[in-house]
Amino acid sequence: MPWRLLRFALSKKHPEPRMFRAHAELKRSYDVVIIGAGGHGLAAAYYLARDHGITNVAVLEQGYIGGGNTGRNTTIIRSNYLTPEGAKFYDMSVKLWQDLSEDFDLNLFYSNRGHYTLAHTDSAMRTMRWRAEVNKHYGIDSEVVDAAAVHKACPMMDLSCNGHAPILGALFHAPGSIARHDAVAWGYGRGADQRGVEIHQQTKVTGIEIVAGKVKGVHTSRGHIATSKVLCAVAGSTPRITKMIGIDTPLFIHPLQAMVSEPLKPWLDPILVSGSLHVYVSQTARGELVMGASLDPYELHNTRSTFDFVEGLSSHMIDMFPFLADVKVVRQWAGMADMTPDFAPLMGKTEVEGFYLDAGWGTWGFKATPASGKTMSYTVANDRNHELIEGFTLDRFRKYAPTGEKGAASVGH
Amino acid sequence: MTCPINGPRPVSEFFYHGELRPMPDPQAATDDAWADYVFNRNGAPGVKREWWYHLPSGVWFIAERDTATDQVLRTYLYSDAVAEAVQ
Ligand SMILES: Cc1cc2nc3c(=O)[nH]c(=O)nc-3n(C[C@H](O)[C@H](O)[C@H](O)COP(=O)(O)OP(=O)(O)OC[C@H]3O[C@@H](n4cnc5c(N)ncnc54)[C@H](O)[C@@H]3O)c2cc1C
Repeated sequence: MPWRLLRFALSKKHPEPRMFRAHAELKRSYDVVIIGAGGHGLAAAYYLARDHGITNVAVLEQGYIGGGNTGRNTTIIRSNYLTPEGAKFYDMSVKLWQDLSEDFDLNLFYSNRGHYTLAHTDSAMRTMRWRAEVNKHYGIDSEVVDAAAVHKACPMMDLSCNGHAPILGALFHAPGSIARHDAVAWGYGRGADQRGVEIHQQTKVTGIEIVAGKVKGVHTSRGHIATSKVLCAVAGSTPRITKMIGIDTPLFIHPLQAMVSEPLKPWLDPILVSGSLHVYVSQTARGELVMGASLDPYELHNTRSTFDFVEGLSSHMIDMFPFLADVKVVRQWAGMADMTPDFAPLMGKTEVEGFYLDAGWGTWGFKATPASGKTMSYTVANDRNHELIEGFTLDRFRKYAPTGEKGAASVGH
Repeated sequence: MTCPINGPRPVSEFFYHGELRPMPDPQAATDDAWADYVFNRNGAPGVKREWWYHLPSGVWFIAERDTATDQVLRTYLYSDAVAEAVQ
């Protein structure tokens, strides 16, 4: 046992400071109130304090930090999206990820694995070539590889997928990575706290006060707070908040489920994704396989798990890896994904002055955490949309100008 | 899920087609009203009237379901009366 641990056990006082302070009281007013202490809310708080010098900020969380989709996701990080807006935005994010552990002085277990999107049909190969070209144009490391290269990267896979869906090739994205999700929330939370931001757990926002089209304050389960700026970063709960203030959005909420296997010796280095088989899988440092599939088929504001999910995903996993038939699934869970019709987020200013949205992160928003924090903190601090999010504002739908990201994002991750 | 024709069946036999919503007249609607119809949804939880489809038998019907608890309150076939109630 490390000596430090023993010292903790014997000492009455805990010498190591807590990750963030607890505050008995809410202040009467803050410059900025952030709803939701997931990765996105905490990242925005961190960059508001660090880059914009705005520290009189409260992050309000109805549960505990990172307990929403941040702590439930399968942590795939990549930037090989299809649209220019998407590719540029996620590229910024991947670059930020690479320095984040140093930035926080906290090990995020950021692990660069390489990411293969498997193509089982000619039309999928065509989409892969298209994506590779868009990616290369924006300087993103992305290329189409053949089945032999896939075999070399993952010799344990049955390339015929049990004869159902033979693999023709893949889009290979070398920067594809995974990271420890809750450490991301804790890292941003600690960094924000050290710079003066207050994090209030067990504090639910129940209403938003608006006077003459401007934000004046928020009502919470612990009382009223005055503020002129509210950033809403609540993922699957976004429609409940926008309903409070009468903003209509295209968001719809479906559960997204995931599961992990018992730990195995390391055998799967890259991250694999198959759109046709609705599978994405990676192996963590602990040896567990983390597996996800597509969205649940109907609306639900609930994080229940289903047997249908385990059954369907396991059968596809066994098509790819017959030797896993005897391996046990040890945990499953769900998150509420805030989906948009064009698979791109809803970010930035809204028709209500001082109300900023960071939502529509559906099944793909973990990788966006750093870039979202950066761009939203800029947007809130300057009351002007950051240039990288101009294509993601809510009014694109009123202008009949959705983005075309579906091809690269529709298998949840 | 209970199909009004076939009775209770596993939910995997059904296809969900979203909330039943009145369509504005495409000729008369303003661009904004039409965009609102095409894109916006009532995304908050609540009891909703929804389109469901029983795949093996090809039956379209309406389910009243609480989208917070997944409790199905009623299912019935679509009719003019339903259409009027939603207008
Ligand atoms: C199973 C699954 C797998 C996924 N896999 C991937 C992946 O591989 N790669 C990827 O990039 N993305 C993935 N995602 C998506 C990603 O997890 C999310 O988009 C991202 O984590 C959203 O972060 P967030 O901070 O916006 O929201 P959250 O982490 O959900 O935080 C929102 C917080 O707001 C709080 N809140 C809600 N309402 C209120 C209120 N009224 N008052 C106060 N607080 C409130 C909630 O309690 C919650 O903690 C996955 C999602 C799921 C569910």
